[in-house]
Amino acid sequence: MSIDMEQFKATFIEESLEGLDIMESVLLEMQPGAADAEEVDNIFRAAHSIKGGSATFGFSDISNFTHVVETLLDQIRAGEREVTQEAIDLFLKSVDCIRDMLAGAQEGFEINLDQVAEVKAGLDRMLGSVAQAAAEAGPEAQDDATAASGWQIVFKPFPDMLRSGNDVVRLFRELDEMGEMKVEVDLEGLPALVDMEPEEACLSWTLALHGEIDREQIDEVFEWVDGDCELSIVPLGGDGAVAAEIPASETPAPEAAADGPAQAASPAPLQAAPEAGERRSRGDRRQGERRKNRASSENSSIRVGIDKVDALINLVGELVITQSMLGQLGEDFSMDKVERLKDGLAELERNTRELQENVMSIRMLPISFAFNRFPRMVHDLCGKLGKKIELKMSGEQTELDKTVMEKIGDPLVHLVRNAVDHGIETPEARLQAGKPETGTVHLNAYHQGGNILIEISDDGAGLNRERILAKAIERGLTSGGDNLSDAEVFDFLFQPGFSTAEVVSDVSGRGVGMDVVKRNITALGGAIDVESRPGNGSTFTIRLPLTLAILDGQLVRVGEQTFIIPLVSIIESLQVEPVRVNAIAGSAELYKLRDDYLPIIRLYDAFGLKPDSTNLEDGLLVVVEGHGQQAGLLVDDLLAQQQVVIKSLETNFKKVGGISGATILGDGTVALIVDIGGIIELSQNGGHKRANSAAA
Amino acid sequence: MANILAVDDSASMRQMVVFTLRGAGHQVTEAADGQAALDLAKRQRFDLVLSDVNMPRMDGITLARELRALPAFKFTPILMLTTEGGMGKKQEGKAAGATGWIVKPFNPEQLLATIKKVVG
Repeated sequence: MSIDMEQFKATFIEESLEGLDIMESVLLEMQPGAADAEEVDNIFRAAHSIKGGSATFGFSDISNFTHVVETLLDQIRAGEREVTQEAIDLFLKSVDCIRDMLAGAQEGFEINLDQVAEVKAGLDRMLGSVAQAAAEAGPEAQDDATAASGWQIVFKPFPDMLRSGNDVVRLFRELDEMGEMKVEVDLEGLPALVDMEPEEACLSWTLALHGEIDREQIDEVFEWVDGDCELSIVPLGGDGAVAAEIPASETPAPEAAADGPAQAASPAPLQAAPEAGERRSRGDRRQGERRKNRASSENSSIRVGIDKVDALINLVGELVITQSMLGQLGEDFSMDKVERLKDGLAELERNTRELQENVMSIRMLPISFAFNRFPRMVHDLCGKLGKKIELKMSGEQTELDKTVMEKIGDPLVHLVRNAVDHGIETPEARLQAGKPETGTVHLNAYHQGGNILIEISDDGAGLNRERILAKAIERGLTSGGDNLSDAEVFDFLFQPGFSTAEVVSDVSGRGVGMDVVKRNITALGGAIDVESRPGNGSTFTIRLPLTLAILDGQLVRVGEQTFIIPLVSIIESLQVEPVRVNAIAGSAELYKLRDDYLPIIRLYDAFGLKPDSTNLEDGLLVVVEGHGQQAGLLVDDLLAQQQVVIKSLETNFKKVGGISGATILGDGTVALIVDIGGIIELSQNGGHKRANSAAA
Repeated sequence: MANILAVDDSASMRQMVVFTLRGAGHQVTEAADGQAALDLAKRQRFDLVLSDVNMPRMDGITLARELRALPAFKFTPILMLTTEGGMGKKQEGKAAGATGWIVKPFNPEQLLATIKKVVG
């Protein structure tokens, strides 16, 4: 039977990556000299599983590499080796190497073996002479390999051999398959019937096995009962026929035989890649792609705690009860039952709300999923930058929508990197400023209203207002400074291409700026704020909606239609003063708001509706921001603000420009949700087109 | 065909073992650690137990010892899946009551050949 091992590889890689995550997080917690037995056990087990699996599924390089890690961990576990900082760092590097090798195996590309070889060399050095000694004490060669005519086997089980689940019949059956066999039973040990213990072995046998049979084959049959019996195996016919019985427990042969295959699979030195440079670039490029793939494949499913599912079932049960109660009430309704009807409806409302909350919670994951990469990152950055930083995390159990979580990862990395690189000062500078040598970066998450807030704060030097202002003036973002509030000044940080870092370091300041961070966050319907005090550090606060499925909306009316504008996009709403309106180049209208000119977008025009009035001053201008641009949307009236559930227009109808989705209002009518970025873009293109046709 | 309990904390190893054994017509029940296996064994009989050694909660050696203490498992073959070439873990396993061992890495053919030795 041939079985394709390929099919198990995906599972192996997945579980190994999980194991590596465990190793990494335990290693980061580990203090030199004080290894907690359970911690070491955990990482040992992870390494052990990876080694076993990789050998089984044919990843011999991973297996060889991990074998050394495992051996070292085993020595630590056995108390033969101290946990040094060097060892911890080396293990962390090993985790990276194994992760890379797994990624290589997964995607089928060659990884950079230089680094692997380097780390492996470090591990080997650490393993040192202990391993060499062990390797030398390998299996000893075996004598008398094959006997020409056969073997005489004297086999006398100890009384409790059967208790190990070994069966004499099985042994004999196997021997019988090798050649012609004669069995003689020795009844000498047989006790009287009354004394007989059915669970004990009391017979012994002398077997004559004829044929060209390797001694090794016979040893293999008795391998498992070695130590549970007296065994003598001697060539038939020779002078050994009368040889004394040797207790098998003293025979080293079976052990040596068992060592054979394992030794064959034991580490061979890794070969350095000849064209390592080329491979590296290939590997690096693929790694980016790989991450993308992984992110998209994660979209497809979600793991939900059984308690959440149970809660849902329970709630649906309650809903059914309420429904049947209302149903009965409806059968023979009279006005004196109005109170009961009201109660029932109140119950229905409660059920529905709870059900909604619970359904939402299915998409929720604790934010620790996004936070867990930071201990390692900060650890590595500190090493690179020569800083001392303690990373504190709180509120890791705060739950967040899975989609939001996936998209907030990169902005968070950027902010934490900034805090470490630019926020926290060097140990010397800190001491000079009278602060503790070790800086603190604090990640915190909590719920507030329908939002989740994530704070990234540091106790570093704080933002330099003067420098930011100078840069802003230099870039022509503002004309003067003194009347600007701190918040307004710090807001310049989020302008494209704005960097005050004097030295663009290896760590941050590599092109992706704060403007991208802000754009990503606003794309999620969130916002980011900065607070900073000179000398005391800065706090970046990200505010995100709990879910992308519900949105805080402002209902507006255009003619007979109701539209919804996402509340986060709205800056202000105002009545149009005609004097501030400038019409330029034919059709485009601009509205002068303080120092800015905003394009006016007449929603009725954009969506081809009939408004109450086409006069600007009869309507209201809702000032919105999307994709970093502001615009004024002309509507007839502002209605209520409410949370709406977003329904995809695409799946139910088709994609419509300027509309991001739809929802159903309380009265059953459908309202469309305005896609602010989309409609601004649309109006620009439209204006452009019209300008074109006017020119033609 | 035999009714086999396969115990391993590694999902991929379990998948491989289960696939192989089922392919050979055996009935297989899975457990992810020694404790889970023991819980199963207390409710159900098996013709053979295949167990990994290193596992969280309860390791394979302890599992073998606990199983041997159950009347239904007094003589049931218990095979340890071990990565150790040396005698250490094997002896420990035997002392705990294991019948024998299969040394990792093994391929499906080797697994089936070894199983055949104990369940015919």
